[in-house]
Amino acid sequence: MSTRAQPAGAPPPPGTETGRAEPDRSALSAGARQERRLGWLLCAPAVVVMIAVTAYPVGYAVYLSLQRYDLRFPGRAEFVGLSNYGAVLTSSFWWDAFWVTMFITAVSVAIELVLGMGLALVMHRTIFWRGVVRTSVLIPYGIVTVVAAFSWQYAWTPDLGYLAELLPQGDAPLTEQWPALWLIILAEVWKTTPFMALLLLAGLALVPEETLRAAMVDGATAWQRFTRIMLPLMKPAILVALLFRTLDAFRIFDNIYILTAGAQGTGSVSILGYDNLFTALNLGIGSAISVLIFICVGIIAFTFVKLFGAAAPGAEVKR
Amino acid sequence: MHARCGCRPVSGQRGRPRGTRWLRAFAVLPLLASVLTACGDDEGSGTPTLNWYNFPDDSGALQKAADGCSRASGGRYRISYNKLPRAADGQRQQLVRRLAAEDDSLDILGLDVTWAAEFAEARWIREWTGAAKRQATEGTLRVPLQTSTWKDKLYAVPYNANTQLLWYRKDLVPRPPRTWAEMLDMAEALARQGKPHFVEIQGAQYEGLTVWFNTLINSAGGTILNASATAPSLGPPAVRAAQVMRDLADSSAADPSLSNQMEDQNRLAMESGTAAFELNYPFVYPSMKANNPALFKNFRWAPYPRVDADRPARPTIGGIDLAVSAYSRHPDLAFEAALCLRNRENQLAAALEGGLPPTLRALYDEPAFMKEYPFSREVLAALEAGSVRPITPVYQNVSIAVSHTLSPPSGIEPVSSVDTIKEQIDDALRSEGVIP
Repeated sequence: MSTRAQPAGAPPPPGTETGRAEPDRSALSAGARQERRLGWLLCAPAVVVMIAVTAYPVGYAVYLSLQRYDLRFPGRAEFVGLSNYGAVLTSSFWWDAFWVTMFITAVSVAIELVLGMGLALVMHRTIFWRGVVRTSVLIPYGIVTVVAAFSWQYAWTPDLGYLAELLPQGDAPLTEQWPALWLIILAEVWKTTPFMALLLLAGLALVPEETLRAAMVDGATAWQRFTRIMLPLMKPAILVALLFRTLDAFRIFDNIYILTAGAQGTGSVSILGYDNLFTALNLGIGSAISVLIFICVGIIAFTFVKLFGAAAPGAEVKR
Repeated sequence: MHARCGCRPVSGQRGRPRGTRWLRAFAVLPLLASVLTACGDDEGSGTPTLNWYNFPDDSGALQKAADGCSRASGGRYRISYNKLPRAADGQRQQLVRRLAAEDDSLDILGLDVTWAAEFAEARWIREWTGAAKRQATEGTLRVPLQTSTWKDKLYAVPYNANTQLLWYRKDLVPRPPRTWAEMLDMAEALARQGKPHFVEIQGAQYEGLTVWFNTLINSAGGTILNASATAPSLGPPAVRAAQVMRDLADSSAADPSLSNQMEDQNRLAMESGTAAFELNYPFVYPSMKANNPALFKNFRWAPYPRVDADRPARPTIGGIDLAVSAYSRHPDLAFEAALCLRNRENQLAAALEGGLPPTLRALYDEPAFMKEYPFSREVLAALEAGSVRPITPVYQNVSIAVSHTLSPPSGIEPVSSVDTIKEQIDDALRSEGVIP
């Protein structure tokens, strides 16, 4: 009975069969009950932590969003129902930020998908230097976003950066809306294409080599093999990759914060929420914006899962 | 399988011992916590430490002041100078975040001149009363004192002030312009002669744009808010101010990157020789001396240009006020220490070493200061006639409404822009609505 001396909470040593020693039925079912209880107990710390760090803040944000609560006027806090949501949804600032965010999301994810697929194929087919290729492709993803964003910002600043020198004299692309938006997208694509490529590479590994060879024997061209065999087989991986990236892109903050700080109409919804929370100290309005972002993210995830049938990674694909 | 079965004894009869272990583990937590807090506490050593949070000073004058006051206290307190982030927004965010959490490790706070009302209304800083108030106001310039007063109560003591002057090149402009219209005419004349002619001013979408507008509206005889800070005032002077901004943007005097310029870009443009005029703070003077000695020979200053020829300009004042945190554990010592930090010697040192204009009137007659600050007379005149930015707890929102609407200056439609500002300020004063 070595297990009896075991400290609570530590994993049991492998190879102890003491629990199965008695073949008694009632003891077994009692054992099963205890096991289930233990299962819950073992989960409990994780559940408590999840509630403390996720459910509680989310719930508190929803609660704050129903309050008129400005840190500067602690005495004037009161319940105002949905009026903060009304204020946000009727504000042109919210809708400007929303469409800017949608634009950045759609364009950057589309570009990332195409480039990521190309990179994944290269990584998949590379025979020589496979490790080097995969590692070098992943470098941008490994660089801290804020650091990379500062590099981009300096590179595009006139008289300072090497990229700005390629432009006509006096051009400051980060000070105009459309050039700045494209530069934000460029920074975002540069940064996260490797992530997309990695997810797609996992999908490519699912395509059986024999099927491709059989198609080749049947006379299918490379393009036909790609569109008729690889893409359909990779669909679950592609949808998961798209879902992950869309959710990430919609919450874009750091690149914009460093590159333009949201000036010249380049602010995303996250920037708007940040400004209302941390500059205006308006917890009610700021929380309402945060909850709306949360809802948008929920809608995006729901759409992907229900309409396109994206499956959670590791789950069985439903047909 | 074996792993699951191995667990059984643990979850069975052994429930109680495990329970007590848990209890013991929990019992240790408060103990640990008390040990940790004891570590952070300096009460044991006898001398209380006062934490002074202020802008990051590179000259060393602030650290010297902290050390000097600590020594002068005779062991009653020790001031620890903590540097806030360089940007004003970052400074405010750190202070607000910690004060909202009732952090008691902040004692003396260096506030930008626009924050006192906000911090006072949120009850984050203490009112100055009695002897401390008397000492704080004695000999202090009147306009900086306005920035630290909210609802007729004093909430901070002016530490240093700042103001803009007109800087110009004597080789291009023999006599400085007195009004904005005159300045634009001169610049356009220079442009026609193919000479450097830009007027350098802060046109980017940020606080500097609000400062520019505030100076112009006050110079035109108006204000952004009414006297009790309950409603926007604006009116015809606001339209006049917006028109001046638009006039500059439309004229050849405007720098092509006007809509992206802050103080430092203005300084660089002047130093590189493309501009004839610059509206900026006195830090540009030592900088020009160091970076372009040739141009420095012709680098001159004059009072801020007027909007109307018959009304003196009222440049917006800047600077830092010192306040005492409501959560300080040593408020009485903090008031005393704050007064020491801004006393005559320390303000003089900050002015001579760090270039910060003092808030004590008497220092402007100090020969050492007048020598280091050849423009001390103009600065004093500007501070005495100066205007303050709207004094309201929602200043941040008001400022954002102004700078957001007036950016870029070339897009200003005087009448409708002022209407937009009015609507947004109305929202801001009720702390409603979304800020951009």
